[in-house]
Amino acid sequence: MLVIDNLKVAINGKNILKGISLKIRPGEIHAIMGPNGSGKSTLAAVLAGRELGVVTGGTVTYYGKNLLEMAAEDRAKEGIFLGFQYPIEIPGVSMVNFMKTAVNEHRKHKGLDPLSASDFLKLMREKKELVEIDSKLANRSVNEGFSGGEKKKNEIFQMAMLEPKLAILDETDSGLDIDALRIVANGVNKIKRADNSFIVITHYQRLLDYIVPDVVHVLYDGRIVKTAGKELALELEEKGYDWIKKEVENNILV
Amino acid sequence: MEKEQDSILDEVTSGEYKYGFHSDIETEKIQKGLNEDVVRIISAKKNEPEWLLEFRLKAYRHWLTMKMPVWPNLRIPEINYQEIIFYAAPKQRPALNSIDDIDPELKRTFDKLGIPLIEQAHLAGVAVDAVMDSVSVKTTFKETLAEMGIIFCSFSDAVKEYPELVRRYMGTVVPYTDNFFATLNSAVFSDGSFCYIPKGVRCPMELSTYFRINAANTGQFERTLLIADEEAYVSYLEGCTAPQRDENQLHAAIVEIIAEKNAEVKYSTVQNWYPGNKEGKGGIFNFVTKRGICRGESSKISWTQIETGSAITWKYPSCILRGDNSIGEFYSVAVTNNHQQADTGTKMIHIGKNTKSTIVSKGISAGRGQNSYRGLVKVLKNATNARNYSQCDSLLLGDKCGAHTFPYLEVDNQSAIVEHEATTSRIGEDQIFYCNQRGISTEDAIGLIVNGYAREVINKLPMEFAVEAQKLLQISLEGSVG
Repeated sequence: MLVIDNLKVAINGKNILKGISLKIRPGEIHAIMGPNGSGKSTLAAVLAGRELGVVTGGTVTYYGKNLLEMAAEDRAKEGIFLGFQYPIEIPGVSMVNFMKTAVNEHRKHKGLDPLSASDFLKLMREKKELVEIDSKLANRSVNEGFSGGEKKKNEIFQMAMLEPKLAILDETDSGLDIDALRIVANGVNKIKRADNSFIVITHYQRLLDYIVPDVVHVLYDGRIVKTAGKELALELEEKGYDWIKKEVENNILV
Repeated sequence: MEKEQDSILDEVTSGEYKYGFHSDIETEKIQKGLNEDVVRIISAKKNEPEWLLEFRLKAYRHWLTMKMPVWPNLRIPEINYQEIIFYAAPKQRPALNSIDDIDPELKRTFDKLGIPLIEQAHLAGVAVDAVMDSVSVKTTFKETLAEMGIIFCSFSDAVKEYPELVRRYMGTVVPYTDNFFATLNSAVFSDGSFCYIPKGVRCPMELSTYFRINAANTGQFERTLLIADEEAYVSYLEGCTAPQRDENQLHAAIVEIIAEKNAEVKYSTVQNWYPGNKEGKGGIFNFVTKRGICRGESSKISWTQIETGSAITWKYPSCILRGDNSIGEFYSVAVTNNHQQADTGTKMIHIGKNTKSTIVSKGISAGRGQNSYRGLVKVLKNATNARNYSQCDSLLLGDKCGAHTFPYLEVDNQSAIVEHEATTSRIGEDQIFYCNQRGISTEDAIGLIVNGYAREVINKLPMEFAVEAQKLLQISLEGSVG
């Protein structure tokens, strides 16, 4: 579904992504790990269509289309969802109104009629239960005054509402206590089907105890330096990133 | 991929002014220019009684001694009053007894504006007085209302049919000497709406006046007088549009409200005069004096305004809280986009004891728009336990617009509690992207955020108009991404 080929991105003249290649098939969960500043969040943002830098090379193909030419809202409607590392507060806009607009935009894109108020509220109720989100959150303004954990759960709730084909979770686990982490992970597992895919960006192995990846990539200095099965995450947890850094430096020296 | 904010801002706006058309209606106009004869001609055209002509002439002579105010935070081009036509009226058959007598083109015009001149079943909750250029063309539901003793008619008809009421109240809230534009209006006003709710009557429908400027080179000077007698209640709505023209047109109106003991008046405005084009050419100068007096104890006057139109807006709907325990409210959303300027706010004058006022002002600036809030809260010596709460919020879209706040507080009573809160925020790129990422386009995102921001005020509008107002806000800001 998604093919990234030698993607290079510069922000303010500085190269951040230095040639990333990645192939994701329907139904796969890919974990991307790596130390701070390696380019993980930039990759997520570029895939979602945030205009924060310049693509200096490479291509991204999503279901045969040139993803980089699509507007952010069109990518969303074509099934790409970004779970934000720092969800944004929108004062004055209720979650109900926000989600109703989003869901109906998705429906319009698929040629469906907008949901009636009662059908929409029913859908909200179902999904709220699915991801175990406090029902009161839905009546408040988008993320306004939410705790860190509530914001992250709210991202998972939105993902459940929009049923994406490709969900990119950008450090959704950071700042969560173990209970919240479990709720977030369970939400992902319940949404998981045979035909949708996930890119899970994380620092830590612990999320991957709950969400089991098919492939683990290590991103370092703008490049994917290692790709392996889920056991790679455990190895990283044990040895830290210094091991990877050394390996990379040695390779370059050789 | 890197899109400069400037280039986004400069993208041509897609929001066209929907009401910019001009109707080809046979119009009777007098010669342009202003002098004592013109005042007399206007009065004569309306067969006015002598006292009213005297009122006009006094005002005109006073006006000659006045100068345009310079204190607003506005850049107003010089206005040549000798180039303005002070009276224009659609020609019509003399006796207007049924809807069939109305010029079909006139009817089509109001249909196009969504204003029904025919009493329609599904709009039974709203009675309309439609004013085009200088005259009222039709008032609906007049008879239904008359059964309850409610008078709702054009100002000219009121002068003819209820001269005593008009004479008793006119000019008592806004005297003819009040200010430059109010004085001008007092001299040359043409028509407007008149409304009287008798003692103990709750008006069962929304009353509304729809103002339309059609003729070129004319000014519109209407007067509205609204009286709620003891224990009466009325909710009133005013809407305005004008054709798209390259020259500026002057609109200088007066609204006077009188609320007697225990009466309540809710006055809502959805102002959508032509704002001028994107380069700031053309548009209406909206210089309006609106004031209400809570004369009786425990009376209440509430102003709600959604200001999206006009090239320049200068208006301060105010409340004089004379009766003990009376309440004044002001809820405002003012939008300035492209080159629009607005200097708007309110005055709350606390005279009676235990009087309360609330001010909620929400300014939205986009493009090169300049938005000023100017408000006065004045507590007089005898206004024991007066209470005011003011909240002034500004929302900025882009970096070429401006928001200004000028609050004035004059408190002469120690027991008064006066609060003022102000915030300034902007719609952030990160908020827009968050919406985009959920499939919501940038225009819709701005609409959502702006409507969320203005919701507190929009909720004060009669329900039928709240939806209209929401759409209007969105259209006014289309293309102003920042």
